[in-house]
Amino acid sequence: MSIEIRNVRKTFGDFVALEDVSLEIATGELVALLGLSGSGKTTLLRIIAGLEIPDRGTIHFHGEDASGRSARERKVGFVFQHYALFRHMTVFENVAFGLRVRPRKDRPNEPEIEARVHDLLKLVQVDFLASRYPSQLSGGQRQRVALARTLAVEPKVLLLDEPFGALDAKVRQELRRWLKRLHEELRITSVFVTHDQEEALELANRVVVMNAGHIEQVGTAEEVYHHPANAFVYNFLGNVNLFHGRVENGKVYLGDTAVEVQDTHERAHLNGNKALVYVRPHLLDIEPKRPEGNHCFPATVTNINPAGPQVKVELVAKWGDMVQVELDHERYRKLGLAEGAEVFLRPREKKVFVYQI
Amino acid sequence: MNWLIPRAAEGRKPATCETAAVRAILLGIALIFLGMFLVIPVVAVVYQALEKGVAAYFAAISEPEAWSAIRLTLLTAAIVVPLNLIFGIAAAWAIARFEFTGKNLLITLIDIPFAVSPVISGMLFVLLLGANSPIGGWLVSHGIRIIFAVPGIILATLFVTFPITARELIPIMTAIGSEEEEAAMVLGANGWRTFLRVTLPNVKWGALYGAVLCNARAMGEFGAVSVVSGHIRGVTETMPLYVEMVYNDYAFAAAFAVASLLTLLALVTLILKHFLLADSSVAVIARASEPVERIAA
Repeated sequence: MSIEIRNVRKTFGDFVALEDVSLEIATGELVALLGLSGSGKTTLLRIIAGLEIPDRGTIHFHGEDASGRSARERKVGFVFQHYALFRHMTVFENVAFGLRVRPRKDRPNEPEIEARVHDLLKLVQVDFLASRYPSQLSGGQRQRVALARTLAVEPKVLLLDEPFGALDAKVRQELRRWLKRLHEELRITSVFVTHDQEEALELANRVVVMNAGHIEQVGTAEEVYHHPANAFVYNFLGNVNLFHGRVENGKVYLGDTAVEVQDTHERAHLNGNKALVYVRPHLLDIEPKRPEGNHCFPATVTNINPAGPQVKVELVAKWGDMVQVELDHERYRKLGLAEGAEVFLRPREKKVFVYQI
Repeated sequence: MNWLIPRAAEGRKPATCETAAVRAILLGIALIFLGMFLVIPVVAVVYQALEKGVAAYFAAISEPEAWSAIRLTLLTAAIVVPLNLIFGIAAAWAIARFEFTGKNLLITLIDIPFAVSPVISGMLFVLLLGANSPIGGWLVSHGIRIIFAVPGIILATLFVTFPITARELIPIMTAIGSEEEEAAMVLGANGWRTFLRVTLPNVKWGALYGAVLCNARAMGEFGAVSVVSGHIRGVTETMPLYVEMVYNDYAFAAAFAVASLLTLLALVTLILKHFLLADSSVAVIARASEPVERIAA
């Protein structure tokens, strides 16, 4: 079932949670709402579910206006951040709940309920926990039970609020892959909220980057990562170095070094005084000597962390800004870096993002 | 210089473990207080009640007036406790789930019966519904007696026990939050089913505990009931009032006999509470673990 959000606005007292948000989600898509806490992503999800009523705007399911329907009538599946399992019911009863509360004429009989619940518990791989209580489960198990409970009512839309937020890194990885497989299998239109950009980029068909109550960009992982619509998106997706630069004659200067800015459309109106320049740590190269062409700036190495797939080097630019650089181990060995070394930094590609202030 | 290193540094002694002497003193103080203020008085009541023999004891409590007092007390509790429970759940639900103007005022208002003296609570009803008040006058002219009658006693008891269940449930409901209810709704449950199958089971121990406390208070209330009762023998005397009356008549054995029965009822209530809480400890732990996880997350 497709979802369409039209001009939704929501305030809580003086706080504007969502400002005129519109979004279309196609049938069978897996969409991530990505943003910091307070960006309105959870509010948007709750509005889709009918748990929150927007001040303005409408929600359409399959082209039909569903704004007037209650959460109960929308027949969506909602997985809560803290699972919201019924603590006084066993895992079995939790999953059976949605079937048992159906009106008598639609209610399956007891053997049908039992078969269906066990099928679902097998699907989420926790059938052996059927007689346990939620308090006896680990976080990952609770998450799986919560999902089984949601799937029991055969929702046309699956909404997940920070589905892996409360889990540790290892379990999160595992559940993430599992959810992706599950989505490929069931093809339910799914929307999940996350503040973890890696999670959004890895899982979602499309990523919706949200900030301060509005949508900054909608696109595939590839699009939002490599072609960010604006400085916020660039800054939000991955680590960045932020420099305060100057603008002179259409060129951006960091200290007294001109930086090449080529691929951004914002170049056209580079004629103010100050600019914020964003560069990803892995897009900076360290040169032991000043290379040709002058598009580099001097810095001093202050810290080196070689643990991990990449070597993380911290430096201080000549004008005082902290800089992070990520190198592969081979390059690091070739350079023979040591703390205190004076080096030159060169933006490796022209993916420098400039934001005029 | 090894002797200078404190033993605790060896890691054998937990930081919160007191010495034997301190433990003995603390335990001693607690036990002495318990003995002086609880055990001795209860034993004294029972002893006094049985002073003239078991036959006299049963004669005293099967006295028609004593019997009517017992019945009135049980009737009052039977009416007040369910009403208190209904009000308590409704009020706690409203306060824990919804934001509305005047919410803080409501919380304060709920507490009023605890804040004012029971005697004043009783007088309030006399002033409001007594024969000299406009409402009371109208009621009397229509043949409805509230003050100096059983309805007055029930009203006064309702008033003084008003906050008990609500006070018990508000923190529980606030701590549990509304996510489970929302989950039930999204899964297709209507409001009534959500309440019966999700909300109520989650607060049942708190509600039962509130009911137990309310029952104890309803049966033992003296001040407010004394004012509205009018002390009509055999009609508007509850057990506490009856005990005081026969005591003032120097019928000590009878007074203590009924008093011992009242004490017994209170003890039964408390033992019931003990078992309820013992049973619910698992639920309480499960409940307590949730917010911690939230903080950790």
